[in-house]
Amino acid sequence: MQPSALRPYLLIAPSLVFLLLLFVVPLVQTVALAFDTPSGPGLGSFARMVGDLDFADALRNTFALVLCVVPLQLAAALGMSMMLRHLRGGRDIVLWIWTIPLGISDLAAGLVWLAILTDKGYLNTVLFELGAIPAPQSWLTYETPGVLFLGILIAEFWRATAIVFVVIVAGVQLIPQEYEEAASVFGATAWQRFRRVTLPLLRPTIQTALILRAVLAFEAFAVVLAIGGRNFPVLVSQAFAWQYQNQNYSVAACYAVLVTLVSLAATLVILLALRPRAGETV
Amino acid sequence: MSGRLTMLWCALLVGLAATAARADELVFLSTQLRPLEEAQKARTQILKGAPMPVSYLPEEPPQLPIHLQADEQGARTISLVGALHGELAPLAASFQPLDQQAGLLAQRGVPEQIARLAHLGTDHLMYMPWMQATYIMAANKKALPYLPQGATLETLTYAQLAQWAENAEKATGQRVLGFPAGPTGLMARFFQGYLLPSYTGGVVVSFRSPEAVTMWEAFKALWKHANPNSTNYNFMQEPLLSGDVLIAWDHVARLQNAFRNKPDDFLAFPAPAGPKGRGFMPVLVGVAVPKTAPDAAGASKLIDYLLQPETQIATLRASFFFPVVKVALPTDLEVGLKLEAQAVQQQQTAPDALPTLLPVGLGSHNGEFDKIFVDTFQRIVLRDQPVQDVLAREAEDMQRVLNAAQAPCWSPDPPSQGACQVK
Repeated sequence: MQPSALRPYLLIAPSLVFLLLLFVVPLVQTVALAFDTPSGPGLGSFARMVGDLDFADALRNTFALVLCVVPLQLAAALGMSMMLRHLRGGRDIVLWIWTIPLGISDLAAGLVWLAILTDKGYLNTVLFELGAIPAPQSWLTYETPGVLFLGILIAEFWRATAIVFVVIVAGVQLIPQEYEEAASVFGATAWQRFRRVTLPLLRPTIQTALILRAVLAFEAFAVVLAIGGRNFPVLVSQAFAWQYQNQNYSVAACYAVLVTLVSLAATLVILLALRPRAGETV
Repeated sequence: MSGRLTMLWCALLVGLAATAARADELVFLSTQLRPLEEAQKARTQILKGAPMPVSYLPEEPPQLPIHLQADEQGARTISLVGALHGELAPLAASFQPLDQQAGLLAQRGVPEQIARLAHLGTDHLMYMPWMQATYIMAANKKALPYLPQGATLETLTYAQLAQWAENAEKATGQRVLGFPAGPTGLMARFFQGYLLPSYTGGVVVSFRSPEAVTMWEAFKALWKHANPNSTNYNFMQEPLLSGDVLIAWDHVARLQNAFRNKPDDFLAFPAPAGPKGRGFMPVLVGVAVPKTAPDAAGASKLIDYLLQPETQIATLRASFFFPVVKVALPTDLEVGLKLEAQAVQQQQTAPDALPTLLPVGLGSHNGEFDKIFVDTFQRIVLRDQPVQDVLAREAEDMQRVLNAAQAPCWSPDPPSQGACQVK
């Protein structure tokens, strides 16, 4: 029996319909909402977004967070994958422990770190017991923006490195051992083998991991809100505030559109930066 | 087949029973006491002794005008409406005057300024005050030794509050004055209902007056002694209970756990006063009778019942809304509730009391109106921007919001024709 030419299209049709209804339609509606102002379609809501007190801070904080946390996470995930590769026993246990944060919701992770960093939290308790501080210190206020940023960075790092790690581990497992063995036969050091053999072979995997992580990092919200509150505005928390507190859905939609554009641009940059070089096949 | 038929019959009978019950029940629609648990308490505790069977229907505030419209078009279901002053005000034309019952106000001891509000700017009593909440101060008794000389909690001024916080900081090394300036805290209400009216006598009209400049400069100085975690606080009961904060301002419902859990540790007292009086914001809930009420006579009986001191106490126990009538608090009332109830009464009967309404007529612009106050605070106090520039800039934004909503001025600003104007 000759399979119908239509069959592949029929098979992907449900997912296409799903995407169209639950992604493309709301996206179009959101864009329409962003241009919808009381005085007819226009850029009024975008002007209000850009002119808002917290806009510059939110933009700066979002980029600072992404640019700091994503490279750190990539480096850590690479290191963790290499370590895992050389483990003889207990590999599954280590893999399991390292991926625990994946199973924890964003907000719960944020609250865990809040419990650690808050005035009467675990960090202050330990420091106080050790005699390092005379009285509980406030780490998460507008008076300590540096420590606040560091706190959010650590929490995000803890929560989301596992996502990068899982992708990288899968990629590492696809690289045949023979390449590395061949390199060591020619006298390459461990660093040289990693730098010249493993890393280039991992490029497509790194690309995927980076895109996934960067897009999620631009959407960082629950962890930041739990720890930073109003003191550390990011783009998505501003969208949330305009939607639910200020009740101006149009400005909220502008923020959503901006986050989408920034994520798309980041994806494009990563795709271009890590594209296969001339003559390479992946 | 017969099973399905039986089910159909059952459904029909249940339906008939429901309509029959509705016919002799008085329908009381309320935008307050809405969550399931509170609504159930309203039915089983507040309305327990009502003079007739009452069907208590909680409803979201935006649905209220739609229900009234449906009744005007012939549905005629609702006999009594319970809602915030600000929700009732724009619907005044749909309600019948309650002048025949106006005698109740004096008879039950409803404070005059509350009675005046219930007239909605007309010569007629447009709704009957039912219950109220408000915002008050709370202090841990540990902070009392630092109270400046000559100051008493009941007659505190903002200058004395600043001195108090400064004394406490000097003595303890901690900044123990706290405000709910977190993302979901009610800080905007502090500026709208407390600080601005106390210094300027108004909210919108005087937003950028010289008195407002003085106020912001004074508040900026006071903030130096405020706990820097204030911008993370949403409910002040938590930092009060943990001891991070010893003196705080917040909504009664957001302080209740402190008074309930440790009634011996905390004191409740009225908000401080400024040069123009003791600004405070009563969150006033009233009951009104629609012109289309199927049972107006029953509604007025129910109003009488709701305003009886016993019902008002039952309401307080069930909901944390305080009496609007004069009541003697029963001796077996929870200590925490009693502390708050006394402070609420002291605040509204203070000789310099200056009640300020929740914003009226802003509708969906409420959020943006609140944001203006929070932004002004952020710019002046946290970001150190020049007061006059900030006020000029935010006043423009405020005018835009007021124009968009076409909201006329509300008390204590003088009434306006058309949208309220910032001077």
